[in-house]
Amino acid sequence: MSFPLEKARDPSKLRRIAIEPVSRVEGHGKVTILLDEHDRVHQVRLHIDEFRGFERFIQGRPYWEIPVMVQRLCGICPVSHHLAASKALDLVVGARKLSATAEKVRRLMHYGQILQSHALHFYHLSSPDLLLGFDSDVAKRNVVGVLAAYPELALQGVMLRKFGQEVIRITAGKRVHGTGSIPGGVNKSVTAEERDELLRALPDVTTWAQAGVRLIAELHAKNRELYETFGTVRSNLLSLVGRDGKLDLYDGVLRARDADGRILFDGLEAEEYESVVREDVRSWSYMKFPYLAALGAEEGWYKVGPLARVQNCDSIGTPLAEAARQELLASSPGKFIHAPLAFHWARMVELLHAAEVIERLLADPDLLGRELVVTGARTGVGVGIIEAPRGTLIHHYEVDAQDLVTMCNLIVSTTHNNQAMHEAIREVARKHLDGRAPTEGLLNHIEVAIRAFDPCLSCATHALGKMPLAVDVVAATGERVARIVRDAEHAP
Amino acid sequence: MSPAPILIVGIGNPSRGDDALGPEFVERVGTALADEVTAGRIELLTDFQLQVEHVLDLTGRRRVVFVDASESAEPPFEFTPVAARRDASHSSHVLSPAALLDAHRTVVGEPPEAWLLALRGERFELGEPLSPRARASLAAAVESFVRVIRADEGLPEQS
Repeated sequence: MSFPLEKARDPSKLRRIAIEPVSRVEGHGKVTILLDEHDRVHQVRLHIDEFRGFERFIQGRPYWEIPVMVQRLCGICPVSHHLAASKALDLVVGARKLSATAEKVRRLMHYGQILQSHALHFYHLSSPDLLLGFDSDVAKRNVVGVLAAYPELALQGVMLRKFGQEVIRITAGKRVHGTGSIPGGVNKSVTAEERDELLRALPDVTTWAQAGVRLIAELHAKNRELYETFGTVRSNLLSLVGRDGKLDLYDGVLRARDADGRILFDGLEAEEYESVVREDVRSWSYMKFPYLAALGAEEGWYKVGPLARVQNCDSIGTPLAEAARQELLASSPGKFIHAPLAFHWARMVELLHAAEVIERLLADPDLLGRELVVTGARTGVGVGIIEAPRGTLIHHYEVDAQDLVTMCNLIVSTTHNNQAMHEAIREVARKHLDGRAPTEGLLNHIEVAIRAFDPCLSCATHALGKMPLAVDVVAATGERVARIVRDAEHAP
Repeated sequence: MSPAPILIVGIGNPSRGDDALGPEFVERVGTALADEVTAGRIELLTDFQLQVEHVLDLTGRRRVVFVDASESAEPPFEFTPVAARRDASHSSHVLSPAALLDAHRTVVGEPPEAWLLALRGERFELGEPLSPRARASLAAAVESFVRVIRADEGLPEQS
C-alpha cells in the first residue's frame, strides 16, 4: 500500500530537497522532496525521530519515579506527560477515583499547561507566518519580527505564557520538573494566597484570550480561500470527550468521527484503546502511522488536536469558548472543517476555554482541600489518556510485583497526526511547489502546514551549536549543489 | 519585592548526558553560594531551553549568567560576555541567550549585563550520565566561577 506522492517511481533520476530540521517545531525533523528536471514533485516525506529510546529508558524503573521522569521527554509539554503517566499509574495503585482536591489540582495544572503551550504556539511560532506572510522576509518572519511590528500583541503572548507557567508552578511545585502529581493523587493542594495571586491576573488573561480569538477569526475572514484550502485534506477525527459529550481535555472517553462527522465509535474507556487503534510501519520511516483498526491503514488515518477536539465534542461547557466555537463552526456551515490553518482558530478557542476553566477552578473550595491521595487494590497495568495541547496522548505501563515497570508504550499526538501531516504537506506541494523553482518562501509553505499541527518532534538536545536549520538541494547524482543554513551562528 | 541582582540560568535536559551540565552547575553553585541565595543576592533558575517569556526573568537584574553545555567551547569551559543580537534561533522552540537579550530590548528595554558560561560536553544521549570530560569541565567551572563571583561582587569568602 502506498499513498500518492509517498513513493516516487524512479528516485535515482530525481533532484532531492531536504528541509532539516523544520524550524519552529520542537526537536529535529526533516522534509525531503524529490523533483524532476522540470521541478515537478514526485515524492514528499516527513522524517521524525521516534520516541522508542525513551520507552526503553523507562523500563526497569520503579513506577513511582515515572511521573517525574517522563517530563524529561519534552521541554514544551512536560506537564502533559507528567499527568498522563500519573493517570495510568493511578490504576496501578488502585485509585480509580481521586479525591476532589487531587482531581481539581491536576485539572488546574493541565489547563495551565494548555494555556501556556497554545500561547507559545500561536503568538511565538505561528503568528509570524499568519501576520507577516508565508513569503515575507525570512529575516523578519519570526517572533522578534512580530515583537517589532505588533508589540502589544507579542507582549500579550508573553504574559499569557507566563500566567500558564505560574499555574504550573503553583500546582506542580516548580516551573520545570514539577512533582505535584503522583500515583493516586497530588502531593500538595493550593493555598489561599496562591489562589488569590492567580485570580488577580485572570481578568487580563481572559481579555487577551478573547482578543486572540478575534484576531485569528479576522485573519480567516480576510483570506478565506487561503485559510480554507491550504493543505486541506479530509480525514477521520479522534479525541477524548467528557462523559457528558462536552469538551474535556483532562479526562473522558474516546470518540472518533469520520470526515463528515458521523460517529465511528464513542464511549470507549482508556484501557480499550488497543482495540480501536493500530500502528502501521513503513520501511522508510522510524515513526509509526496509527490508524483506526476497523477502517484499515489506508482509510483509517485520523487527525488529533484542537481542530479534532472542538468538532468531536458536542459542546464546550464554558460560555465564551462555546460562543467562539460556534463562530468557528459557522465558518463552514454543515461541513466538518479539515483545513490545517483552522487548527490555529481551534487552538485559540481552547486557550479561551482554558482561561475560563481556570477561573472556575480557582473559585472552587475543593482546590484548597487536604485529602490529597487515595489508594485501592494494586494492579499490574495502567493506561492513562489525556488531551495534551497537540492532541491525544496515551501512556500505557505494566508493573511487576517488585514495583518495576516492565512495559511502557507511549503514543504521542505527533505520531497520531503522522499521516495527516504527510497528506497536508503533499497537498501543499501539489498546489504551491509543483512546476516552480523552489525558493525559501515556497519551502516555508511546507513548514507552515506542518507547524499548524504543532508537532512536538522527538526532544533533541538543545546544547549550543546543536540546532541548525539546513536546506540542502541535492542533485540526482547525490551531489549537494546548494545549502542554506540558519542558526544562531548564521544569522539571516 | 525586587528581584535578586544576579540571576544564574542553567539550560539543559538532566536526562540527556552532558546536556545536564547547565542544571548540574546551578545545583552545585546553589550549594556553594547558599548564603547568597538565601539572602536574595543571587537567584537560580533552570530550564530545558530559553524561550521568549524568559525576558520577564531578566527584568530588574544587574547581571545575568547563562550556563549551557557546548559542543564547540574550548575545554573545560569558556566564559564570555553576551550582547543582544538578533539571530535565527528565534525561529525555533529555543532562543539563544543573545536573541533573548534582543527580545528583552524590544519588549521591556535595555537588557542587563549578561555572560555565557559554555561548558564543554561531548555526549548527549538519552539516559546517559555526565561523561568524564564533562564532569571535569563542571568541577573546574564551579570552582572558578564561585571564586570569581565572590571577588567580583565583594562577597565574603566561604566559611
